[in-house]
Amino acid sequence: MSLVAPAREPFAAKSSVFDLRWIFEFAIHGVLFVCTAISVITTVGIVVVLLFESLQFFREVSVWEFLTGTRWSPLLKPQHFGVLPLFCGTFLVAGGSALIAVPLGLATAIYLSEYASPLVREVVKPMLEVLAGIPSVVYGYLAVVFVSPLIRDTIPSADLFNAANACVVVGIMILPMVVSLSEDVLQSVPNSLREGAYALGANKLDVTLGVILPAAMSGIMAACLLAIARAVGETMAVTLAAGATPNMTLNPFEGIQTMTAYIVQVSQGDTPAGTLEYRTIFAVGLALFVSTLVLNVFARWILLRVEEKYE
Amino acid sequence: MSETGSTNFPLKMSTALPNRAAMSSAAEMAGQSKKVVTRELDFFYGIHQALYNISLDIPEHRVTALIGPSGCGKSTFLRCLNRMNDMIDGINVRGEVLLDGINIYHRGTDVVELRKRVGMVFQKSNPFPKSIYENVAYGPRVAGVRQRSVLDEMVEKCLRQSALWDEVQNRLNDSALQLSGGQQQRLCIARALATSPEVLLMDEPASALDPKSTAAIEELIFDLKATYTIVIVTHNMQQAARVSDQTAFFYEGHLIEVGATNEIFTNPLEKQTEDYITGRFG
Amino acid sequence: MSLTNGPHGRPYAKLASRMFALFCAGATWLCVTILMLLLWNVVSYGWDSLSWEYINRFPSRFAEKAGIKPALVGSLYLIGLTALFSVPIGVGTAIYLEEYAPKNRWRTIVQINIANLAGVPSIVYGILGLGLFVRAMQLNRSLMAGALTLTLVVLPIVILAAQESLRAVPSTIRQASYALGATRWQTVWCQLLPAALPGIMTGVILALSRALGEAAPLVAIGAATYVRFLPEDIVNDEFTALPLQIYTWTDQPQKGFHEVAAAGIVVLLVVLICINALAVILRYRFSKNKQ
Ligand SMILES: Nc1ncnc2c1ncn2[C@@H]1O[C@H](COP(=O)(O)OP(=O)(O)OP(=O)(O)O)[C@@H](O)[C@H]1O
Ligand SMILES: [Mg+2]
Repeated sequence: MSLVAPAREPFAAKSSVFDLRWIFEFAIHGVLFVCTAISVITTVGIVVVLLFESLQFFREVSVWEFLTGTRWSPLLKPQHFGVLPLFCGTFLVAGGSALIAVPLGLATAIYLSEYASPLVREVVKPMLEVLAGIPSVVYGYLAVVFVSPLIRDTIPSADLFNAANACVVVGIMILPMVVSLSEDVLQSVPNSLREGAYALGANKLDVTLGVILPAAMSGIMAACLLAIARAVGETMAVTLAAGATPNMTLNPFEGIQTMTAYIVQVSQGDTPAGTLEYRTIFAVGLALFVSTLVLNVFARWILLRVEEKYE
Repeated sequence: MSETGSTNFPLKMSTALPNRAAMSSAAEMAGQSKKVVTRELDFFYGIHQALYNISLDIPEHRVTALIGPSGCGKSTFLRCLNRMNDMIDGINVRGEVLLDGINIYHRGTDVVELRKRVGMVFQKSNPFPKSIYENVAYGPRVAGVRQRSVLDEMVEKCLRQSALWDEVQNRLNDSALQLSGGQQQRLCIARALATSPEVLLMDEPASALDPKSTAAIEELIFDLKATYTIVIVTHNMQQAARVSDQTAFFYEGHLIEVGATNEIFTNPLEKQTEDYITGRFG
Repeated sequence: MSLTNGPHGRPYAKLASRMFALFCAGATWLCVTILMLLLWNVVSYGWDSLSWEYINRFPSRFAEKAGIKPALVGSLYLIGLTALFSVPIGVGTAIYLEEYAPKNRWRTIVQINIANLAGVPSIVYGILGLGLFVRAMQLNRSLMAGALTLTLVVLPIVILAAQESLRAVPSTIRQASYALGATRWQTVWCQLLPAALPGIMTGVILALSRALGEAAPLVAIGAATYVRFLPEDIVNDEFTALPLQIYTWTDQPQKGFHEVAAAGIVVLLVVLICINALAVILRYRFSKNKQ
């Protein structure tokens, strides 16, 4: 069974840089690096494209007017370039949908995390995933065809397309996100905390509301912020549901327009490229990008702190 | 130490247990050519220094055992010899490791080539989640062997060498994960042999095995040393005494003592060594 | 103290606890009911319009004659091209970040960047696509421009899923491979990718499902909404897609178009289910091969 070791030249340093294998490895490394660079370039691209056109926009419209003006009518004479109505519309929808999604989602998350049997979880979680996978245009359709008549039946004075419409469908849309993110947070609360409280004779309600929720609070806040960011960026559903009238109002039964819906409106129209009207979409896009970025970064920052706390 | 090292163990060793390894004397060791030499090797995990100034000669075609309490740096030292430590972030190596007289930490060293020549068997068996055949053929494949017949031959040869052939010859295409722990470990040895290494590093290869599998692996090590230079880490004193020609005792990152196995076990020069191998440690 | 929560304790504690559990359970089942209701409504509404002619016809100004063929074909092209671009780039990025990149500050920055890209609204990608692909690269409103834009939208999803599944491969496999003298790429290609494949595929399916349903970026790059031909040239011809077509029909005031839109949604959901089923089958096949 003896085996003669194959004769070999003594161990040496890398024979040659031009060794085929090393060229191949080097090439692969380069290709992978380029792939990674693409995501960085994307970010740079977004910022450059938005800034480039926005700067030209802000040459003609002052930043001050844009940020504080309360009327938005770039496509009609007389033109007004105050973004606040769009901003207001966006956050009316985002806030309203959060009002629906957060209590419902949180209760669902608590049920799934603290009460439900494994079987129920096995059934409900995939269903929520299905809910999360339904495209936003479908929600837009539901708003137009089902929700809008329903609201008009209840409140006859409501506009045909209104913010409440959008709130309902966007609320349902971000619901799965609230559930799955909050459930993760609840699950990450150490079991020792639960057991400690039960050992003191607390019942399930005491433990859930008195111990687990407070411990998970900041994580749940982050989850809500992420969901709100999603609602802010939501486009097709709100375009179909909320109407197209920039409106500085907090009445959910009036027609409004969000930032995203405005971008859709201009993109669909025949505004020639290079005009001031056309550039408004980049300025609004920039405002939208910054809003969602701030929300996302803030939420991630909170989550990061939560993770550190439990490590 | 565990119960395996009884108090009067060194004396019993030389008489009661068959000790083929002990026949190689210190004089013979000195004449043997040195395969691997470390010179003043320091090793750092970040700021934590794990090895201090290790200078050790590893003779060719001999079995060198590394012993010492847990956490003393045996695995770290072993991984220095084929630069597996390179995969850990923030490490730092000072000093030299010479393989056939050439420093493997020299800039421009082909680490891949190095690892083909210095094979390794890990403490916990870690077969790939593939067939038995593919596990053994992996080394030759990545080295560029394509011919099926050559691979077949190689696989059979290595499985025979690691005393696994008889057990698996009829199910080479089964998943390696279906093998028992001992079989998996021998498969990992076969896999390491398939790259035809010159040096074989074994980190507690038998620590998770039953006595029978352990005996099989010890038998194997004895057979393999004709062809390979072997460095083995073990916590089992009897095992070290049975299989090795040279023994090195590590303590808290320092190399305390090194010498021919029979001398280390019968007549250690250092008090710490004696305490450790007799189980009076700590 | 009594074990039955007698008068010393809080008399309503048990009741409150029960009620709360009921409330939470109610919320959960409400979610599930909503889902069921929605799907049922859409399907029942669109069922009558659904027919082979509907699938095989071009859109029309009359709801009864409207068909979905160009949108369906456009969508299939789109997700095919998007997969073609996003899978290699996304998986490549994940491999680079997990296996090649030194763990330094730059890597952290890139990682944060990708997480944030995942949160950027898709319409913003549409604006980027408009500026970059449609105008700067002169791809006009072609399938190529649409697919490249959607690639950017779904890339973070692919990257994050692939990274996670690569990270889940036990490091002992990595070590064993390197110890046998495999190069980095050999280790990735022969060991890590096969082990991570199921997870990567799940991510890819998720990404493609998203790409299939996205209308906003396509609207922003100015994709057509009324197309009476099938795209033949992917860099010149205009195209439309299922969600875009559904959007256009829903936006019409006539009820007839709403029914056509519902039928379109059924088609869209069926395609979605097909993609997901394909993933399940593929995963099953892969896991069987491994045995
Ligand atoms: N990846 C690592 N990062 C940081 N420190 C490490 C790492 N691996 C080992 N160490 C430290 O280096 C020292 C030596 O560890 P090593 O694994 O070499 O010990 P050992 O002698 O093999 O122990 P054992 O017999 O338990 O396997 C220990 O203090 C350990 O904590
Ligand atoms: Mg060790």
